[in-house]
Amino acid sequence: MSDLYFDTPVILLDMDGGSKEEVLRTMAQNLVNNGLVKQSFVEAVIQRENEYATGLPTGDIAVAIPHTDVEHVEQKAISVGILKNPVDFIVMGDDTETVPVKIVFMLAMDEAHSQLKLLQQLMQVFQDQSILNELISASDEKQIKRTMEEKLDALSLKGGEK
Amino acid sequence: MAKKQVLVACGAGVATSTVVNGAIEDMAKEHKLSVDLKQIKIAEVESYVDTADLLVTTATIKKEYPFPVINARSFLTGIGMEDTKQEILDELKK
Repeated sequence: MSDLYFDTPVILLDMDGGSKEEVLRTMAQNLVNNGLVKQSFVEAVIQRENEYATGLPTGDIAVAIPHTDVEHVEQKAISVGILKNPVDFIVMGDDTETVPVKIVFMLAMDEAHSQLKLLQQLMQVFQDQSILNELISASDEKQIKRTMEEKLDALSLKGGEK
Repeated sequence: MAKKQVLVACGAGVATSTVVNGAIEDMAKEHKLSVDLKQIKIAEVESYVDTADLLVTTATIKKEYPFPVINARSFLTGIGMEDTKQEILDELKK
């Protein structure tokens, strides 16, 4: 198990992705470039999104949480992408609906069945439109990092948590 | 009352099922229900067809199973979560 990586190189502002696939590819390739995931993660996360969609209709500001199997991950990480214009994702658990997503949280998890606390806190973020609004209004990556760190104590814990 | 086997499944078995699993664990504790929780990938559901009493999942299910299936997206969005919890609880108490 590795420490969780969350820092400005994996926070992407003003993303100008025309399609869901483009957004996923850009974010995933950035994780590859930062040495956090294997090259195979890119196709795997796109394929997984097509198979099991992760769009979440959380309110006016909707999110998506693309992720894939643990074997493509080198170091556990969360990447945040703020989209300039909303991009349609298919709703999780409902193939017939799409949701215009404004924030993508790409999860690179290196161990199954773990990280409960981190994930629970992340869900708290999704469930709070005022925090999501803070994220999309942020002027730079550092501000997003700060906002997220305030909400997720797992991020500031050195050594990570099981 | 026999112990119910509850499958909690998502695509990868790493993220959303972890959250849902945690929520059901808390619920079972709160209501003093003893539950056999299995956190799995959706592809693994087949191997539990004979033993499971309930499937709680964030994925789209197209197949028919001999047990009820409850969609757990509300645990992630927070919208309608109380209704979903009640639905699960009703199944566990059956």
